[in-house]
Amino acid sequence: MNATAQSSTEVRGAAVRFDHVQKSYDGVTLVVKDLNLDIAPGEFVTMLGPSGSGKTTCLMMLAGFEPATHGEIFLNDKPINNVPPRKRGIGMVFQNYALFPHMSVAENLAFPLEIRKLGKSERDAKVKRALDMVELGAFGNRRPAQLSGGQQQRVAVARALVFDPDLVLMDEPLGALDKQLREQMQYEIKHIHESLGVSVVYVTHDQTEALTMSDRVAVFQDGVIQQLSSPDALYESPQNSFVAQFIGENNKLSGKVTARNGDLCTLVLDDGTQVQAEAVNIGEPGARSTISLRPERIELQPSESRDNIVDGVVKEVLYLGDHLRIVMSVAGNDEFIVKLPNGGRKTIPVEGQVYKLGWSAVDAKALDAVG
Amino acid sequence: MSASTTVSSTSGSSGASGPLTNDGQPLKRSLARALRREKFRALLLISPLLVFILVSFVMPIGDMLFRSVENKIVEQTIPGTVRALASWDADSAELPDEAVFAALADDMMLAQEIKIHTRLGSRLNYDQPGISSVFRKSGRKIKGLDHEAAMAGFIAIDPAWGTPEAWTTLRNMKAWPGKFPATAQSWDNWKAWYLSEEKEELDPATTIPHGFTYAALYHDLAAMPASSIDAFATSKNTDAAALFKNLVGQVDSIPSDDFKAQFADIEKGWAELDNWQAIQRLSPRIVDSYFLAAIDAERTAEGIESKPDNERLYLKLFVRTIFMSLVITGSCILLGYPVAYLLANLSVRASNMVLILVLLPFWTSLLVRTSAWKVLLQQQGVINDLLVWAGVINEAGRLVMINNMTGTIIAMTHILLPFMILPLFSVMKTISPTYMRAAKSMGASDSLAFWRIYFPNTVPGIGAGSILVFILSIGYYITPELVGGTTGVFISNRIAYHISSSLNWGLAAALGSILLILVLALYWTYDRIVGIDNVKLG
Amino acid sequence: MKIIYGLTGAFALSAVAMAASAADELPACENCVDELTIVSWGGAYSNSQIEAYSKPYDALTGVKIINDESSNEAVPKLRAMNEADNVTWDIVDVVASDAIRLCDEGLAMEIDADEQLAAAPDGTPASEDFGDLLVSECFIPQIVYSTTFGYRTDVEAWGGKTPEDICAVFDTATFPGKRALEKRPINNVEWALICDGVAKDDVYDVLSTDEGVTQALDKLATIKDQVIWWSAGAETPQLLADGEAVIGSTYNGRLFSVIEEQNQPVAMLWDAQVFDLDGWIIPAGLSEERKNRALHYIMFATDTQRLADQSKYISYGPARKSSAPLVGKHAELGIDMAPHMPTDPANATNTFLYNYEWWADNRDDLDAKFQSWLSQ
Repeated sequence: MNATAQSSTEVRGAAVRFDHVQKSYDGVTLVVKDLNLDIAPGEFVTMLGPSGSGKTTCLMMLAGFEPATHGEIFLNDKPINNVPPRKRGIGMVFQNYALFPHMSVAENLAFPLEIRKLGKSERDAKVKRALDMVELGAFGNRRPAQLSGGQQQRVAVARALVFDPDLVLMDEPLGALDKQLREQMQYEIKHIHESLGVSVVYVTHDQTEALTMSDRVAVFQDGVIQQLSSPDALYESPQNSFVAQFIGENNKLSGKVTARNGDLCTLVLDDGTQVQAEAVNIGEPGARSTISLRPERIELQPSESRDNIVDGVVKEVLYLGDHLRIVMSVAGNDEFIVKLPNGGRKTIPVEGQVYKLGWSAVDAKALDAVG
Repeated sequence: MSASTTVSSTSGSSGASGPLTNDGQPLKRSLARALRREKFRALLLISPLLVFILVSFVMPIGDMLFRSVENKIVEQTIPGTVRALASWDADSAELPDEAVFAALADDMMLAQEIKIHTRLGSRLNYDQPGISSVFRKSGRKIKGLDHEAAMAGFIAIDPAWGTPEAWTTLRNMKAWPGKFPATAQSWDNWKAWYLSEEKEELDPATTIPHGFTYAALYHDLAAMPASSIDAFATSKNTDAAALFKNLVGQVDSIPSDDFKAQFADIEKGWAELDNWQAIQRLSPRIVDSYFLAAIDAERTAEGIESKPDNERLYLKLFVRTIFMSLVITGSCILLGYPVAYLLANLSVRASNMVLILVLLPFWTSLLVRTSAWKVLLQQQGVINDLLVWAGVINEAGRLVMINNMTGTIIAMTHILLPFMILPLFSVMKTISPTYMRAAKSMGASDSLAFWRIYFPNTVPGIGAGSILVFILSIGYYITPELVGGTTGVFISNRIAYHISSSLNWGLAAALGSILLILVLALYWTYDRIVGIDNVKLG
Repeated sequence: MKIIYGLTGAFALSAVAMAASAADELPACENCVDELTIVSWGGAYSNSQIEAYSKPYDALTGVKIINDESSNEAVPKLRAMNEADNVTWDIVDVVASDAIRLCDEGLAMEIDADEQLAAAPDGTPASEDFGDLLVSECFIPQIVYSTTFGYRTDVEAWGGKTPEDICAVFDTATFPGKRALEKRPINNVEWALICDGVAKDDVYDVLSTDEGVTQALDKLATIKDQVIWWSAGAETPQLLADGEAVIGSTYNGRLFSVIEEQNQPVAMLWDAQVFDLDGWIIPAGLSEERKNRALHYIMFATDTQRLADQSKYISYGPARKSSAPLVGKHAELGIDMAPHMPTDPANATNTFLYNYEWWADNRDDLDAKFQSWLSQ
């Protein structure tokens, strides 16, 4: 599994490098198991995973608030294990922003600059620039409590960037915002990142956030990076069933590998149906495997011949405006989802009826067995 | 939806009177009525609390403020004397004239009968040491005063003066009581005396007053111009005219009882000028004498002056009280801050444990805690023994840590510490640890992050704790009394003394009022400097 | 165990016998309530009263007696009750000076000793039996206690000398060490003047002048830095026991318990002991029925035998002359109580008469001066 976690881009002069980093809080269990990760300068890397997967611990080790139990972390090729947080020069946006309530917005922003002993005029200029960047130029004299959640969020971003760090860490910064604001902020952060060219390490459990903003996404599970790749690769070619399951919607069909021919393989599903799939991560013939199939890649009553044609019973049809969501019973999976684009012409499937479903072999990924 | 359309449609037609509700009532009035009902119900809900606060806070404080100036006891006990004394010139170096002594005899006669003369004596004694025994010793002897000379004089001029009818006539005259103020007062005294002595209401148809009232009548007549008596003698009131006919030109011949001399015989204090000056000075119903005493001043012939050095006490105590309370507050901050920080940053289990330890002193009696400090701090106590044993000090150099200011500060800091720790703790708990992390991530060192970020956020807790500790310590008296020796006592100790020992509640009230004013002034200053919004009690 | 049992048994017997003899003389209470609230000081003192007075009285009359231990705040409480016109106490135990104050304030009822108190067994009227201890018309004295000095017997710095008279307190050269004095002028200024050469009889005349007060305070000033000022009677015994003070004034009963009950190396200095009185008052303004009951109790509790009985439980002298010969042994320690009485002739060779009248007049004034002096 670790093989998949190895970085594909072995760049010299990485902004951040985790080298065989391990972390344990209690001396019994490892929260982070042998982490290796290189982040290129200017890259936006997201650590994505469910809670307890070790992503925040990695961020805290990078920020310096938690020491690594084993291994070394490099910042611009310098080991930083013994460098206190304040000397790492990393900008950080916290989950609840951590804006200092007793200071005005401008004072909050000026704080890191004061510590760096910048002159007043320079300080003011930088604060103003940072506030303008997040479009809060007029709010410098307000207290954080007088701002809305989105505004506070922007101030937190501005504060993390105001002292021109090379690296900015963001710990679930959008978690407290409502959906609409969150989406808007995703674009704003993305734009700021693009315009400033800083490296960003972003922690979230929200896959949409990860996919929209990142150059690369590291999917965490059980203290291990399950897959590190660009968002599209993550979606299109998950390396294992956890990633397939965690990123986007996914239908599972489990069966046994019967034969393998090049990139493709043949499987017999548990109800006896034979299907073809792309062999991504399977064992020898005879081993069990799980096929991952995106709901939008399935055609209902296919007009032309497909690699796989399977019967399915419609159990429920949900009208969702731009598409129909059909829950079917297919090859023993009672929660098989099919997404039907709303073309306006097709007839709506009737519940209880049997329909033919078709898909290409390359859209079905044969992965490691689940359960 | 329909409501809003109604409002918009009627608002156009009704013009200035504003929108109407569905049933045609003006919306404003309807809203006001709904709100009023709401307010009334809210008021009803809190009314028990309101009554409680009124009874337990507002009234006692009001009573205290009032007591510090209230002084109607003098006028109530010796009303005639107070009236007669009003015209006496206290600077004249002469004792008041006979009329005053006659009134005093009359008033004292009644006062000792209903046993209130000693109470007045103790009241006057607060301002005039020694006068209480003048009253106490006179009480019994008043009954022995010769008081029938004037009476006999009146009857000698006209036997009719010895009849109840004469008094009825007198009391029915238009000039009564206006022109006979002393006599009218004396008549009332007589009535009250009669009731107390005989246990029944006086019947004016069958009784004539005692000699004191005749003496009062004599002094009233003597004070009038002769023409007034002529007028009575020739008035249309035939009864009165008959009564006064023989008095014309004879008033001066009525013998005096010479109460002045008699009083001087009873008790030499009555012949002393300063006693009389004190009585006159304290005659008004509202006096500032308590407040003057509370600021070490007194009223002398030259006006308000500071008391002599060896009697000054209160100003020094006020200053000391404020100073020591500030020191105690300061040491509570110094000791309480780290403890509260520890509490706020420990695990819940451990912090509960420490919290119990902090609160433990509350579970033991104040006296026990204070006595424990004695055992620890006294010269033959644990700490000194340890220091001697360790060789830090020698036997002769044992530290004096109790029965002085140090003792009070140590013991009170200990007792009041929880009042600092608890508000601090509750404020610190709300301070997210990410603030410190954020500060550090921006490059702040630990101490800078503490002073710039953490500390300012705990100021509301410090403010709340300080107010609590300061106000509590300013009013403390048990602990200072026990461990304060002579240099570590507070103004409250004197207040307690005047409440429970000297019974000079007026002075206690004045001292308490001044303390209240001082606290309010400090509160105001605090509000101006720090801002009272910046205080968080929980 | 057995001995103690025997002892208490004997007491029970004698108590019954006494009760019987008293019952013959005690007239029935007419028009009286059946409940009595008695206020006293609590502790050993209240206990001695309950044993000597209340239990026998209860045995005789069956009246329900409620004991309240509020005497130390009796004066302000009585005034507050009086102002609220709701006096809930029937009999209050106070010291003489408080009784005078209460009487002055009209808060205590006047009691005619001869009419309302029992005569001595030989027929001497109560007023003569109490004699000049009847310091106020409202006050029936009960015990004579004294404020006197106790000193440690093991002070090395004294080189074997022991204090012989009161002026040892002021002699810090011969008797070095801390002194414990009460934090109020009463007694202290008198002792200071006596040790400054003023004749005992002239003390109050001297004190009546400003110069006299200054003289007394100046004398006290010579030992001021060696004094621990106490405000509760229990402090001096503790200070002596701890060795914190080497000589100190307190009430003789307190010293008795340190010396005899706790066996501390402390001895008594009876010289110039100042007699003080403790006794009963009845609050003014009681209803007729309650007043009758209170007077009935007082008549019983202040008779010759009852006052003598009390001294079995506490080392204070009975206020009646006729009680003195009846003083027996301590109820628990079994020691003869007479030598521990402040009134015992051996102890009372040089006593000082406390002038109640003078203090009632000058207490507040002198206290202010004294406190001012203390704080300098």
